[in-house]
Parts: sequence; C-alpha cells; structure tokens
Amino acid sequence: MKYTFNFRDIWAQTDFILEGIGVTLLLSSATMVAGLAIGILGAAARVYGPGWLRGLVAGYVEVIRNTPLIVQLFLVFFGLPSAGIRLDALTASLIALAINLGAYAIEILRAGLEAIPRTQIEAGHCLGLSGPQVFRHVVLFPAIRTIYPALTSQFVLLMLATSVVSQISAPDLFHVASIIQSRTFRDFEIYAVVSVIYLALALAFKLGFALLHRLAFGRR
Amino acid sequence: MIREFALIDVYYLLLAARWTLALTALAFVGGGLLGLVVALLRVSPFAPLRAIGAGYVNLVQGIPLLGWLFVFFFGLPIVAGVQVSAWIAATVAFSFYAAAFLGEIWRGCLQAIPRQQWEAGASLGLGFGEQLRHVIVPQAVRVAIPPTVGFLVQLIKNTSLGAVIGFVELTREGQLTNAATYRPFTVYIVVAVIYFAMCFPLTQLSRRLERRLRVAR
Repeated sequence: MKYTFNFRDIWAQTDFILEGIGVTLLLSSATMVAGLAIGILGAAARVYGPGWLRGLVAGYVEVIRNTPLIVQLFLVFFGLPSAGIRLDALTASLIALAINLGAYAIEILRAGLEAIPRTQIEAGHCLGLSGPQVFRHVVLFPAIRTIYPALTSQFVLLMLATSVVSQISAPDLFHVASIIQSRTFRDFEIYAVVSVIYLALALAFKLGFALLHRLAFGRR
Repeated sequence: MIREFALIDVYYLLLAARWTLALTALAFVGGGLLGLVVALLRVSPFAPLRAIGAGYVNLVQGIPLLGWLFVFFFGLPIVAGVQVSAWIAATVAFSFYAAAFLGEIWRGCLQAIPRQQWEAGASLGLGFGEQLRHVIVPQAVRVAIPPTVGFLVQLIKNTSLGAVIGFVELTREGQLTNAATYRPFTVYIVVAVIYFAMCFPLTQLSRRLERRLRVAR
C-alpha cells in the first residue's frame, strides 16, 4: 500500500458539502411527508375501499416493489418528457421517491390497519364518533403506533436511497461528491467522507424518530 | 447516430438481464457465507462478539449502497495495488451489503426458536456449537426461507446500482440502448418489465412459503 491519503482538498469544499447535505435532508423530509400521505390514503383504500380500488392499489404496490428505484427515476425524468411532461431534476426526484416510498408505506400501514379489530371500530361508532373521527382516533393512531418501527426504518432506508437521485444530476449530497471527485481526483477520500456523513445522518434520523415516538406515544 | 428501437434491442436487454442474475447469484453466495458469520456473531453468548456483529450491521445499513460501491471501486485498488474490474468491485460490495441484511434476517430466525430448545440441548450435554447445529438451525432454516427469498428480490433490484460503476447489467444496458435510440420511455419500460418478470414470481413464492409456514405452526 503506497497510497497517500489526502483529505485536505476535501475539507476545502466544506461549504459545498453542506449544501449537498441540505438538499438531501430537504428531499428526504419532503419524500417522507408525501410518502406517508400516499401510504395512509392508499392503505385506507386497500383495506376499506371498493373492490376495484383495492385491486388498483394492490397493482401499484406490486409494480413499484418489484422494480428498481433507479429505473423508476429514469422513467420519470427521461421518460415523461416524451409524453410532454418536462420536469427539473429535483422535482422528478421528489416525484419518483414519493411514488416509491408510498408503495412501501401502503404495505406497512395496511398491516397496521388490519391489526385493528373490527369490534374496536364498532365501539367507536357506538360512542357516537363520526366516520372521520373513528378513522383518526380509533384506527389510524393506534395503527401507526403498531407499525412505527417498521415505518421509520423504511424512512431511514429511503433517506439513504435518495443518493440515487445523483444519477439524474439532482444536486444532493452524493452528486456533490461526484463533482468534488472530478475537481480534486480524490476518489476514495471523497466517497469515504460522504459515506460517513450518510452514516451520521442515518443515526440522526433514528434518534429523531425515537424522540418523536416518545413525544407522540410516550405517556399512554 | 440515432437508430430505431427494434425487437433486437429487447433481445439485447434480455441478454443483459443474465448479468443481473449472475451478479445477484454471486452476491447471494458471498453475502450468504458472510451473513452466516454475522448471524452467529449476533447470537453468540459472548458479548464482545455480539457487539462486533451489531456494529457491522449498523455500519453497512447506515451507508447508502452507492457509497459502498464507490468506496470499494476506488478503495480496492488502494488495498490491492492494482486496478480492479467493475465485476470484482460490484461482487465484493454487494456481498458485504447482502451479508448485513441476511445476517440480520437469520439472526431473527435463530432467535425465533424458543429459548427452551437451547436449554433442552444444554441439558442433554450439548455444547453451544452442537445445540446450534443439531437443535436450533434445523428448525430455524424453515423460518428463514420466506424472508430470504424476499431479500433476494431486494438484491436483484439493488444490483441495478452496479450500473453506476460501469457494470453492464440490465439497467446499464438500458442506458446504452437509450443513448443509441433515444427512446427513453420505451427502453425503461422494457427494462422495468424485465425486472418485474424476475422479481414478481419470487415475491409471490416468498408469500406462499410464508403462508404455508404460518399454517404449519
């Protein structure tokens, strides 16, 4: 091993790296919100909806879960323009990631909804709660509590997976890494540094989700 | 020079899917062997070994696969002193990656076996290794098959990221075909359909095995 490591050129790019971290955080958070929304609506449709809607949602989930994210991303970014829909890289990334996460969130939330006993829903109605109130307090909240660990680990995986958007030049942390690589030719060093940053972000998200869990479900 | 997207392109994409499957198979074998070690470390009665296993899993699962691919692609030459091919870098990176997930899945399966089974083995005078081999593993294997098949689907999909270090598999072939024909929508739909054709049967198989296991219990 005669290689001399050189991290100095990379520290010189700190501001640029911070920008990339910002985009990754923003993109991940926006995707989580959108994915959760798709997940809740989709799971409700999958469990309580009419037959045709259940089939439609099930089809969406299967198609997304059995194809790679990068191909979905390429379809949205490179494929949609031929249908007349032109999107910038960041918007296309958000759409592809949300569609992807939504499918996983539906599967996870569906398990949560199915775990709520029918009698509990009937009890809610007997107490005079309206349909939306029953859904919110009797179904959704306990369901999310049940599947919280699965959902949040999916969110962390999603945050790591956002690195794929660098392949369509969305300016996230991983794309910043490839630009710094071409500026400094410090291939190994930059990817090692960026990997450690992702590791720290993953830990931060896990901690954040644990705190959120305590806030939302702690005293009960 | 832009040419028309023709049936021959579909044929080439299908041929490229072989390399997706080959990479998946290599990573599964490499990841399986290392994953077994990880799972055993995680259930070891010796705390430092458990910590090493847990540390490995957290490290691998906390870094994007793209990061691992590039670290190995650029890092292996530093360690080995020679340029490595995309084949070697991808196989090594995907094996280390798969090992963390398979190790975690198999740890869960080993721990799903009731503690009394270990104790029964111990009371028969079996050591840790013997308990594992004769009592725990034979039962755990049955539990392990459905999630392992499920992970295989993840692995097939994730090999698509091998494309970014120039490994020519299905996704990379799709990029090359797109560059020649400029029919991105058609090309990537065909690519997606081929992935679906590989993954969906496995997803169904995993589900059916799981259902059968639940009935058997």
